[in-house]
Amino acid sequence: MTQDIVNTDTYAELCEAMGADFAAELLDTFMDEAPTMIATLKTAVAEQDAEGYRRAAHSIKSNAEIFGATALADLSRRMELTSLSDAPLPVEELETTWSDTQTALRALRDE
Amino acid sequence: MNDAPGHVLIVDDNKVNRLLLTRNVEMLGHRVSVAENGRIAMEMLTSDRFDIMLLDIEMPEMDGFEVLEAIKGMPALRHLPVIVTSSVEGLDNVVRCIELGAEDYIPKPVNKVLLKARVSASLERKRLQDEQKELLNRFATQEVADQLTESGFAIGGERRVATVLFCDIRDFTAISETMTPEATIDLINTFYTLMFDAVSSQGGIVSLMVGDGLMALFGAPNTLENSAQCAVSAAKDMLAMTTGLNEERAADKDPPLRIGFGIATGEVVAGYTGTQHRATYTCIGKTVNLAARLEAYTKVAGCEVLFDQTTRAGLLDASKTREITDVRLKGFADTVSAFTFN
Repeated sequence: MTQDIVNTDTYAELCEAMGADFAAELLDTFMDEAPTMIATLKTAVAEQDAEGYRRAAHSIKSNAEIFGATALADLSRRMELTSLSDAPLPVEELETTWSDTQTALRALRDE
Repeated sequence: MNDAPGHVLIVDDNKVNRLLLTRNVEMLGHRVSVAENGRIAMEMLTSDRFDIMLLDIEMPEMDGFEVLEAIKGMPALRHLPVIVTSSVEGLDNVVRCIELGAEDYIPKPVNKVLLKARVSASLERKRLQDEQKELLNRFATQEVADQLTESGFAIGGERRVATVLFCDIRDFTAISETMTPEATIDLINTFYTLMFDAVSSQGGIVSLMVGDGLMALFGAPNTLENSAQCAVSAAKDMLAMTTGLNEERAADKDPPLRIGFGIATGEVVAGYTGTQHRATYTCIGKTVNLAARLEAYTKVAGCEVLFDQTTRAGLLDASKTREITDVRLKGFADTVSAFTFN
């Protein structure tokens, strides 16, 4: 399960390249910021703000990729590419995926 | 040489991306400033000097495309290397960045090795460009250097109306005979320094330096509202400065420095003359000859400044001038009227 959610190699590489302390700090920043980004996306859906929706999805994707959060990156990427007015993907799915991702990333950081 | 630190501006709206990029660039030994969106970046770009910009595309307020578009139209920023760092979807967006003038594109998440190579290469190019510009400024005037940087170098001219000023030191050979060679060079350099100052503060450029004289242009390559007035004001400024210089020389028991000016206004052909290897920005035409002949005639007429009818017409205090009629100049079939101050 964890394997699918997060690619552990990516975080290991980040630690090696940037130093484990910095990688952990960066991950904490992401975990602080992610709820805000998801909230921004939800607001965009509520307000039918297509541009805001796409940008929020893009931000989540770009950060998810840094930590190898594959499932989250895939889902947000699909959101970025799907127009809000077409068939928006369920925001609830994003929240569930984020929750799983967070658990997996925390485990990685505390290893 | 690639390792000399540069000042890098990182523009990204996402905190995690900013932290990661900053760390990456700082690890390469460069100094970093950050902006949270394009609008803030533009403010920083106009108030500080940067060697390179790492630019995100998706941003609120002003996105990366808009930043690229904006700096393209600004001469001071047009040559700043920009590397787009983005995880923007679609090849067409990457192409658009390059078309808008971005030097390079690095996909996110940014690969550390790729970033190092791109940043080093861009900084090196920027350094070469800066060196070239500095060299250009030393050997050409600011206006000519700007024009060259803007539109490139092309032998060829354009017709325009400008004012040409000739100036030389009277009896310089006689003065220099009483002086050591070092003192002679020193005097010429003082003369040039004062003259460059007088000419450029009136918006003109010095286009030729020959021995103890020079030629200056007003109204080319940059346009001036009243080139005649500017040239005459420059001559007056220079005469005032020479008076000051002569007081110092008198204290040292040196002979006074006397200078003469010839000024003419009219159509000239201005542009680069020479070959592809060595060229200079200058003006040619009848107006240039007239100014040179008038300068020579100041010795005959016994005055410090002589100018032609067209120059006089442009002067704000034209009434304070005196006409010398029937002046016969070498190379001119008809006699001309020359003017000087009362």
